[in-house]
Amino acid sequence: MNNTDKKRLLRDMLFSRRFEEHCYVGYVERKIGGFLHLYPGQEACAHGVMAAAKPGFDYVITGYRDHVHAMLSGADPKAVMAELYGKETGTCKGRGGSMHIFDVEHRFMGGYALVGGPFPLAAGMAKAIKLKGGEEIAICFLGDAANNQGSFHEALNMASVWKLPVLYVCENNLYGIGTRIDRSTAVLDQYKRVAGYNIPSEQVDGQDIEIVYKAAQKAVDHVRSGKGPYFLELMTYRYRGHSMSDSNTYRSKDEEKEWIERDPINILRERLIKAKVLTMAEFKAMDKEILDEIDNQIVPFAEQSPEPDVAELEKYLFAENDPWVTGGAQGGAS
Amino acid sequence: MAEIRFWEAIRRAHDEEMANDPLVIAMGEDIGVAGGTYKATQGLYDKYGPERIIDTPISENGYTGLGIGASFLGVRPIIEIMSVNFAWLALDQIANSAVKVRYMSGGQLTAPVVIRSPGGTAHQLGAQHSARMEKVFMGIAGLRVVTPSNPRQAYGMLKSAVRCNDPVFIYEHELMYNMKGEVPDAEFFHPLVGSEVAREGKDVTLFGYNISVHWCLEAAKLLADKHGINCEVVDLYCLSPLDRAGIKKSVSKTHRAVIVEEAEPAVGVGAEVMAIINEECFFELDAAPKRVSAVNIPIPYNHALEKATIPHAKDVVKAVRAMMGK
Ligand SMILES: Cc1ncc(C[n+]2csc(CCOP(=O)(O)OP(=O)(O)O)c2C)c(N)n1
Ligand SMILES: [Mg+2]
Repeated sequence: MNNTDKKRLLRDMLFSRRFEEHCYVGYVERKIGGFLHLYPGQEACAHGVMAAAKPGFDYVITGYRDHVHAMLSGADPKAVMAELYGKETGTCKGRGGSMHIFDVEHRFMGGYALVGGPFPLAAGMAKAIKLKGGEEIAICFLGDAANNQGSFHEALNMASVWKLPVLYVCENNLYGIGTRIDRSTAVLDQYKRVAGYNIPSEQVDGQDIEIVYKAAQKAVDHVRSGKGPYFLELMTYRYRGHSMSDSNTYRSKDEEKEWIERDPINILRERLIKAKVLTMAEFKAMDKEILDEIDNQIVPFAEQSPEPDVAELEKYLFAENDPWVTGGAQGGAS
Repeated sequence: MAEIRFWEAIRRAHDEEMANDPLVIAMGEDIGVAGGTYKATQGLYDKYGPERIIDTPISENGYTGLGIGASFLGVRPIIEIMSVNFAWLALDQIANSAVKVRYMSGGQLTAPVVIRSPGGTAHQLGAQHSARMEKVFMGIAGLRVVTPSNPRQAYGMLKSAVRCNDPVFIYEHELMYNMKGEVPDAEFFHPLVGSEVAREGKDVTLFGYNISVHWCLEAAKLLADKHGINCEVVDLYCLSPLDRAGIKKSVSKTHRAVIVEEAEPAVGVGAEVMAIINEECFFELDAAPKRVSAVNIPIPYNHALEKATIPHAKDVVKAVRAMMGK
C-alpha cells in the first residue's frame, strides 16, 4: 500500500463515518424507519478487508449492519440512502430497507437480519464458485455473537469438509446487543473456535486498517489459492448503541472512551500527518468535500426520489412469466 | 409408456436434469454413496461424482442454506431432506432466505432451489417421524408447493421445478415410493400450478392431494358401486398457490365438497379450500362443505391407535353419505 492508497483509504473511511452519521439524523427526523444499525467505530474492518479483496468481483454477504459493506462492493451511496428512505430508486426499490441492502450487479449479495443466516449462504456461494471453476471468493462478514448460532458450526464444518473458497470475517465488537461476550460465550477468542473445524484463522487489531489489510491479504490469498476456508477475527468496537432503539446503558463510559481513543480514522490520520503525507488542513478539506457530497447530492437524491407504486405491491414475489411454472417451454403436461 | 415406480420416476428426473445442465446438483443425507434413503438418486453418484451428488452432514438448516446460497449464483440444487420431520430444522433458511431474497432485493436475486422431502404417516414410525407439514409450507409466501400423487407427476414436477426460477418445495409421501404408474417415455414437464380431475363425477367433489387422492378414488368407487353416488375427484397437486379456478369449476358442477387431508384439520388444506369455496362459489353450494382430517394429536406408535388417527376411504364414504343423506 503506497501513500496514495492510504490517503484514499482514509477518505473512504471518513466517507463511511459521515454517511452513517447522516443516517442517524435521517432516523431522528423520521425519514428513515425500522431498525437501523450503524457502523461508526468499526470502519477499519470492512475497509481493510475489502481493500485486500476484489470488490465487485468477489461475492460479499453480511448481516443487518450492511450499508458500508454494500458501498465497498460498489453500491452507489445515493441508491443506498434512497433505500433507507424507502424510495423506488433505492438499491432494492424500497422493498429491503436498512437491513436488506442488495446490489447483485456488484456482487453484494445482501444484508440479512437473522443472526447467523449468511454463514451457510456464503458457503453455498463458494460451492457455486468452485463448481463453475471461477477465481472469485465468497466473503462473509458477521459479528461475534453470531458465532453462537448452529448455522456457524454447520456452515464452517461443511466449508472445511468441501474446501470451499470462503473467507469468514468476524467483526468482534465484544457485544451482541447488550450482552457482553463473556456473558454469552465460553471461548472469548473467536478465532480459536474454528480449530474444531480445521480451519486456519487469525485474530488481529481491527482498529488499525494497515494491520487489517495485511491480515486480510493473507486470508484472501489463502482462500483464492484453493486451500479452502479461512476465518479472520478483527477486534473492534461500535460507538453507538446496537441499533437506534438501544439505550446503550450496559457499557461503562470508561470502556467507550478507551476504544474511542483508538479510533480507526484518527489512527490512520495521525500516522499520515506524522509521515508528512497529509496535513490537518487537507484532512479538513477532505471532510468538507464529503459532507458537501452527502448534504447536497446523496441526501437530496433520496429525499426527492419517488415512493414505490402501491400498485406494484406484489411484484418481485415470483419470477415473472416463468414458462416452467405452467408446464415448460416445450409444450406442457402430457 | 412404461410403468415404473415412484422412486424410479424421481430418479429419472434427476438423471435427465443433471445430464442436461452441469449446474444441476443434488444434495442431502445419504443420497450419494448410499444411493438415497428412498433410492431417488440411486446410481447417480457413480455417474456424476461427489461434486454434484453431495452427501451432506446431518445439518438440515446448514445444507439447505448452502444450497440456497449456491442457487444465488445460478446453480440449481435439488435438496433432499430425508424426512419432513427434519425440515423443521431447515425452516429458517427456507422461510427467511430462499423465499424472501427476490422480494427484499427488489427482484435482483432469486433462489431457484428445489427441496424434496417425504412426509406423512407410514407404518408405526412414531410421533417424530410421522409429521404432515404441508400446512407449514403452504403458509410461506414466495414458496411454490407441489405434491405428486403418482409417478407421472413426480417425474414431471421435479423436471419443471429444477428449471423454474422460484424456490419449489416438493412434498412426497413415505408410503408411495414403491407405487407403480405410467410415465411417458418422452421427456415432459408437469405444471407447478393447477389441479387435475382424477375422476369425473356429478354429485359431490372429493378434494385430495398426494396420498389422500388415492383414498378419495377408493371411496368414489365404493360410493358408486354400493350407494349410487357419483363422485368427482380433484387432485390438488399444487398446494401453493391453490387452484382457485379449478376448485370453483368442480364445485359449481357438483354443488358439494368434501376435502380429504392426512393432516390435522386446523389451519390446513381443508380449511383453505373451504375458504376458497366461500369466496368463489358460495351460492353454488347445496350442502355445507365437510373435511375429513386426522385427529389433532401426535401420531401414536401402536398400530390400532395410529390407524385411528389418520383418515381412510371408509371415513370419506361416511362423510359423503351423511352429506347426501344416503
Ligand atoms: C436469529 C436471530 N436472533 C436474534 C436476533 C436479534 N438480534 C439482532 S442483532 C443481535 C446481536 C448480534 O450480535 P453480533 O453478531 O455480535 O453482531 P453485532 O450487532 O455486534 O455487529 C441480536 C440478538 C436476530 N436478529 N436474529
Ligand atoms: Mg457483536
